[in-house]
Amino acid sequence: MSRIVRVAAGQGFWGDWLEAPVRQVRGGPIDYLMMDYLAEVTMSIMQKQKGRDPRFGYARDFPQVMERILPDIARRKIRVTSNAGGVNPRGCAEAVLDVARRLGLAGRIRVGLVSGDDILDRLDDLLARGHELRDMDTGRPLSAIRGQILSANAYIGMAPIVEALDRGADVVVTGRVTDTGLTLGPLVHEFGWSPDDWDRIAAGTVAGHIIECGAQCSGGNLLRDWRSVKGLADPGFPIVEVADDGTFVVTKHPQTGGVVSVPSVSEQLVYEMGDPHMYITPDGTADFTTIRLAQERKDRVRVSGVRGGPRTPMLKVSIAYFYGYKAVGTLVYSWPDAAEKARAADRILRERLAALGLEFEQILTEFIGVDATHGRLAGDANPDLPEVQLRIGVRAREKAPVERFTREIAPLVLTGPPSVTGFAGGRPQVEEIVAYWPALIDRREIEPHVRVEILEA
Amino acid sequence: MPVKKSAGTATELLQLRYLAHARSGDKGDTANVGLIALEPSYYELLVAEVTRERVARHFRGMVSGVERFELPNLDALNFLLHGALDGGGTLSLKTDAQGKVYSTALLRMEIPVPRALARRLRLAGAP
Repeated sequence: MSRIVRVAAGQGFWGDWLEAPVRQVRGGPIDYLMMDYLAEVTMSIMQKQKGRDPRFGYARDFPQVMERILPDIARRKIRVTSNAGGVNPRGCAEAVLDVARRLGLAGRIRVGLVSGDDILDRLDDLLARGHELRDMDTGRPLSAIRGQILSANAYIGMAPIVEALDRGADVVVTGRVTDTGLTLGPLVHEFGWSPDDWDRIAAGTVAGHIIECGAQCSGGNLLRDWRSVKGLADPGFPIVEVADDGTFVVTKHPQTGGVVSVPSVSEQLVYEMGDPHMYITPDGTADFTTIRLAQERKDRVRVSGVRGGPRTPMLKVSIAYFYGYKAVGTLVYSWPDAAEKARAADRILRERLAALGLEFEQILTEFIGVDATHGRLAGDANPDLPEVQLRIGVRAREKAPVERFTREIAPLVLTGPPSVTGFAGGRPQVEEIVAYWPALIDRREIEPHVRVEILEA
Repeated sequence: MPVKKSAGTATELLQLRYLAHARSGDKGDTANVGLIALEPSYYELLVAEVTRERVARHFRGMVSGVERFELPNLDALNFLLHGALDGGGTLSLKTDAQGKVYSTALLRMEIPVPRALARRLRLAGAP
């Protein structure tokens, strides 16, 4: 039997179930634990936190989880890949080293620190040399918001993870490495796949995509036959068992809840999908229309047939910039005619905002229980609904109108329609909006700057 | 046997929830909905009836444009719903700013299916 490499997912996003990585490490054999923390909006949240305290800006859950599992990892030679570093991978790596020392693992844990994705300090130089970094969605050049930029990170691929593992890292901490690179890196390190073996690169990428959202491919958030998914109090997070030829099995540890089935894997495959023929990563492209799924036996889905193509000359850049302010206020109206009362309250509030001369970029009203998720497709509100939540949000470039808006919610209780409650949480918070600007850049501007350091505990 | 509507077959309107499951996600201001046939035999029906134009009509006023891609290997269609998220990401004021449940709004859509199949599925209930 040919060798297989087991990569287990420990986190599907920043804020995922904290028990998962512990169970992945202790619940059965694995070779790698992969922990994905970064989504489009995550970098901007981390940037906000770093702005408040320069020691932060990474997933602080990560060193806490490491505290629980480092002894197992050291004993069993499991290696960890994670983009928990966010906008401060060095801070994150140092926190892991501190944990290792505290646990008496000095000399036994090496942390691979990957940097070079952060291009904030290089932006002016890049712009001056003609890189416009246009917004991929709107086409606007970055110069339009230059003064508001808070962070800028290129999405980098598996290469520095492979290097860190080759150089003996036990825990690899990165910034904006792609979710899929965290899985692909270990496979390329283990099997020595050529970086231009496009089908294998694509297969490892698909494996990474399937497990990058944790239990979302193993029974969590599964719509099909959701009532039949058992044991979600203790969900089995996914594991891929990958062979040298790039075929793999998606599974989970025995005696865990959830399900690994063709439908559960299919739902994850289509999650956040664009053009399925061209799933683009820094490492290559994958054609999702070539993926074959087969139920091998219970909780084991075999994946084969994946075809890929060459990497593109460009890397994606994720830029966070200060945009303005927003706030969301809510009130709950009760039966009878709950929706009608909530609508009346919305009209009154809007009249008051207008009379105060407050200017907003947008005011959005939703009636939760009536139309918040399906809009007009949900049809007319049933007058017998027991309650409806009025949810009204505003957005503005200036803080003052948003601040004033937050003071206009509570007065509706005694000056508006009747049967209203649910305001015990107090005044809504004014939130700063850190917005996302996706752009492309020539990879030759990024890759020579990527560094791998091996730090010893 | 693929389910096909041939000329003369009596049809009834049936919600997609009886024929498919779905999941959605976001990229900026675009929501995607992956629509997966509950049985391989329903896939061709989805291809024929859940057209880009009909989906655009279904979401009229809610999205600015629709693209459709076919994944016969997964018995799935992927839809990109542009302008669906009120700016998307952190800008959006929507409850579902990241389009996590846009998939369920597509499952409300009705398509014509052979009457016998529609009746059988309605009787069995949506999964």
